[in-house]
Amino acid sequence: MSCTNKRHILEIDELSVSFLQYENSRSSRQIELPVISKLSVSVHEGEIVAVVGSSGSGKSLLAHAILGMLPYNARTGGKIYFNGELLTPEKIREYRGGRIAFVPQSTTYLDPLMKVGEQVRGGRNSSGGKDSGRGGRPSGGRRNDPERRKKQRALFARYGLSEETDAKYPFECSGGMTRRVLLTSALMGNPELIIADEPTPGMDLALAKKSMEDFRAFADEGKGVLLITHDIELALEVADRIAVFYAGTTIEEAPVSDFASEQLLRHPYTRALWRAMPQNGFQPLPGTQPYVKDMPAGCPFGPRCENYSRECAGEIPMQRVGCGTVRCVKYHGEPLAVHEHHA
Amino acid sequence: MLKHNLWFAGKSFLRMILLLIAVSIATFALVSVSPIDPLQANVGQAALGSMSEEQKEKLRSYWGVDTPPAERYINWAKDAARGDMGTSLLYRQPVMDVIKVKLANSLFLLALAWLISGALGFALGVLAGIFRGSPADKAIKGYCLVIASTPAFWLALLLLIVFGVWLKVLPIGLSVPIGMEAQDVTFLDRARHAVLPAVTLSITGVSNIALHTREKMIDIMESDYVLFARARGESLRDIVRGHALRNVLLPAMTLQFASISEIIGGSVLVEQVFSYPGLGQAAVTAGTGSDVPLLMGITLITAAIVFLGNFIANLLYGVVDPRIRRGGREG
Repeated sequence: MSCTNKRHILEIDELSVSFLQYENSRSSRQIELPVISKLSVSVHEGEIVAVVGSSGSGKSLLAHAILGMLPYNARTGGKIYFNGELLTPEKIREYRGGRIAFVPQSTTYLDPLMKVGEQVRGGRNSSGGKDSGRGGRPSGGRRNDPERRKKQRALFARYGLSEETDAKYPFECSGGMTRRVLLTSALMGNPELIIADEPTPGMDLALAKKSMEDFRAFADEGKGVLLITHDIELALEVADRIAVFYAGTTIEEAPVSDFASEQLLRHPYTRALWRAMPQNGFQPLPGTQPYVKDMPAGCPFGPRCENYSRECAGEIPMQRVGCGTVRCVKYHGEPLAVHEHHA
Repeated sequence: MLKHNLWFAGKSFLRMILLLIAVSIATFALVSVSPIDPLQANVGQAALGSMSEEQKEKLRSYWGVDTPPAERYINWAKDAARGDMGTSLLYRQPVMDVIKVKLANSLFLLALAWLISGALGFALGVLAGIFRGSPADKAIKGYCLVIASTPAFWLALLLLIVFGVWLKVLPIGLSVPIGMEAQDVTFLDRARHAVLPAVTLSITGVSNIALHTREKMIDIMESDYVLFARARGESLRDIVRGHALRNVLLPAMTLQFASISEIIGGSVLVEQVFSYPGLGQAAVTAGTGSDVPLLMGITLITAAIVFLGNFIANLLYGVVDPRIRRGGREG
């Protein structure tokens, strides 16, 4: 059973990302370094789904993997569906910047030598079509298109970016301004899905709230938001569902309502995370997430889990329990069958 | 803004003066410790042997052998400060006149090599950087590494053998046809004579610029802002035209103006191989012949040219880079 019969906008089925690296500085042998393994998460229409994980756990790579922007030495496995359609590298090139928009994490994502207004106008046309590049109008033309100029101005005005900001270079913008610029650039197309990678740090509370409200309003139009963040409180505030990211994989996906009490949560790590929150006792969990090079077999949380058993070292499938999913041997729910939607 | 610019120009001018003083002292010091005996080098052992003491004394004072180096330097510096660069001992003409003629010969060659190596190096570097790892990149990188490890004079000899001796399509040396009246020499004649030295200098200059540009281009293509441009659906063409070229232009400008010094340095060897009567050859003649005033003059002129090149690059930075243009205005 599923707790929603809404249409899937994004479905990620057992995504794996690994990097080929030289073993060490003297060796010419390459080894494969897995950074994301068997990650599954889905976004339905009208939903904000937050992928919550600690800093440096490879969350940003998830966004890059969906958008097909991983560096050349990366290998991927698993499948990604967008509106029920398998996202091939060709499809993602067609959709990104149009039907799928990206709000990046850091302020270095703006070209230091181009005025911000011009940069925001420079993306793909709102139709999300195949018009960019060969045969299409060059972006220089689009940057001066009056329609796009109007839209960009309206979006800037909505986020309190004055008309002078249009002609500013990124180095002249404050951190908060840059965040807003990045956000507006995602809204320039008419996306059905926004992938936002830590969109709020550097914004003041009011502004962070405002951008979250905008994500909410955007999702309420029947669209989807995948919010990648380390900020679980922010996630609890705005998201509908939360996917907990641990050591390169999602160990639990639960509706926000399940975070009301520890008993409703499934995975031991999620419970530990819950206990670590200030309002729930502020209890830290000893230990750290394993580094990719010494990942334990089976459950990545195993070495820190109080209920560790021999079974935990084996293959653990993602299973549906209640309205969420979990990857833990203690549960014997329905196995997750992503493909049923595409039959 | 204007005040800021004047201040910048004034500071740069002062720096240039200091640089020229330092260069002149260093050059003079090096020449003074040179083991070359000007009398033996220019008059010859046999001729010296047949001379009377009186004649030798005259020659010694002509070449300044008897005067202590420090005194000679101060004498030279006093005149140089007044704008008198002295008289060339070998050419028996004012140093400035000699330099004017030689520089005019070299300038065409240097400018041609500078422009070709800059444009070609930039284009190859950008291409290799965008299509990193492709066969084109490998070919460009391979070419650059081979050329970078090839001595310029050897390459010059090779070209001379192929085009001057075997194919006989280009002259083997000099800047004008042999035995032709000066007024009959056409521009085409001069150009034909400059081709081989210019090509040699260009070929060697390309590798440095291309490899550096490639490295910068790779950094840019891997930067977050190019990643974000891709995420916004910009095509490779949009990214290269809109972002990459813009950002690679600044380091390329620095490289291009910094390469002036390498072109001048390379010209010394290349002009020697092609017997091209330019500034580089004059420098060699002055150095081996202990013509101190001429050597000082050439060193100072080339140092000033290199300095001016870097100065122009700095000025252009202020025009091209908004972070300096606008930052300077506000700060």
